[in-house]
Amino acid sequence: MSLMAEMGQKAFNLGVPLAVHLDVTYRCNERCVHCYLDHDDHGEMTTIEIKRVLDELAEAGVFFLTFSGGEVFMRRDFFELLEHARRLLFNVKVKTNAVMISEAEASRLRALNIDSIQISVYSHRAAIHDAITKLPHSFERTIKAVRFLRDQGLRVSIANVLMTSNLSDHYGVQKLASDLGVHYTLDPTITPMMDGDTSVLALRVPGEELGDIFKNPALVPNQEEFCAPPKAPSEEDLEGYPCSAGHSFCYISPYGDVFPCVQFPLPTGNVRHQRFLDIWNHSPQMNEVRSIQAKDLTVCSSCSHVASCSRCPGLAFMEGNMRGPSTADCEKSFYRTGVASANMLRQGLSKPGGNRAPTTVPLIQIRPVGIPA
Amino acid sequence: MSETYIARSSAIAARLLAGEMLVMNSANSTFFTLNEVATAIWQAADGKTPLRNIVRDNVCEQFEVEPGQAQADAEQLVTELSEHGILLISDHPLTSETAS
Repeated sequence: MSLMAEMGQKAFNLGVPLAVHLDVTYRCNERCVHCYLDHDDHGEMTTIEIKRVLDELAEAGVFFLTFSGGEVFMRRDFFELLEHARRLLFNVKVKTNAVMISEAEASRLRALNIDSIQISVYSHRAAIHDAITKLPHSFERTIKAVRFLRDQGLRVSIANVLMTSNLSDHYGVQKLASDLGVHYTLDPTITPMMDGDTSVLALRVPGEELGDIFKNPALVPNQEEFCAPPKAPSEEDLEGYPCSAGHSFCYISPYGDVFPCVQFPLPTGNVRHQRFLDIWNHSPQMNEVRSIQAKDLTVCSSCSHVASCSRCPGLAFMEGNMRGPSTADCEKSFYRTGVASANMLRQGLSKPGGNRAPTTVPLIQIRPVGIPA
Repeated sequence: MSETYIARSSAIAARLLAGEMLVMNSANSTFFTLNEVATAIWQAADGKTPLRNIVRDNVCEQFEVEPGQAQADAEQLVTELSEHGILLISDHPLTSETAS
């Protein structure tokens, strides 16, 4: 086990929130076709409020801090927040579309010694990228910024969200990243929109195509292990927990709402009127999430994939039951290994019955919790 | 006899986890954990206090260590941390690059 993994496990066991994802705004200069956010400002936290939250996070033991949005540079005070975070010695990662980053911003980011910066690129073809972001010339501006940041010596990673509109472009984006000398990550996850609209799920990569992606050694290096048929779960597997959400990780929205994860819209408290550690330690919702072991999962505990599935409890929650299956992950397990999941078998399916999660389930949404006047 | 002064580099991220200090150098993503004694030295590395005083006040007084051995171990530790770019060493006072 690496030192990093060892520390992660230690934090998990001790219930220390080692990593937090903080969205500083939902406003954005792009209007990506797959985005799940409401970009209007419903009263995001002020500079002073966010600085206080950062103080509380440092006190709680948070080490890894991700700043994201929306587009983080839509906040005029973003560098002030970043400076405060670095003064508190967080390991900071920034997620951005980089459209607003020029040489000056790249230089400031370097001077602040952030850990890394992740930039969304949807295609190596400007027309496709711009059609997804709905911002003319965004590809050109983003790639220019990638070069500025790389030239500063920053660790840059291109995040390639894959959907039906850019399905065939991941080879091109991967090559682009290689030509630019930056890292590449691929993510085929599309989540329902904040207002409960699931129509965006039609953009999800069809299952058959997922199989091709999973079996591509250029994208998934450890093929044999990754695509191996599932092993029978051990007792230890069944005693295990689904993921770090609520155990050593959580998410904070621009309105101060705290959730177990970015993809887990279960409100657990609000840092505008509660201390972060009080929410983390005492929220009944947070404690419920962290109490769930693999053996407690209603369908998945009897599934052959239970020990190796990427099952996201947040996506399961959005399907109606945080202890239930996540259809998107059942599909991934099937197309990764060729073995049907328990969720598919109970529905009499030998392969995924459709590409989409149910569209009639009402979603609990990420939205501002009412703040007392 | 010249003094040794130590200050934390501004390139690092650090946090205390159950008595051990996690330290990461953003320049090369190297990751360290410091034990209790090393953490005490790290926390006192303000660039102004001589290492000898740090060892006397923050190591010998807090932990049961023989002063000569503690000084030798501390010198080895700060040299190693400096080689990894997470601590600055000088024979004159330094400006600490991070908040204490």
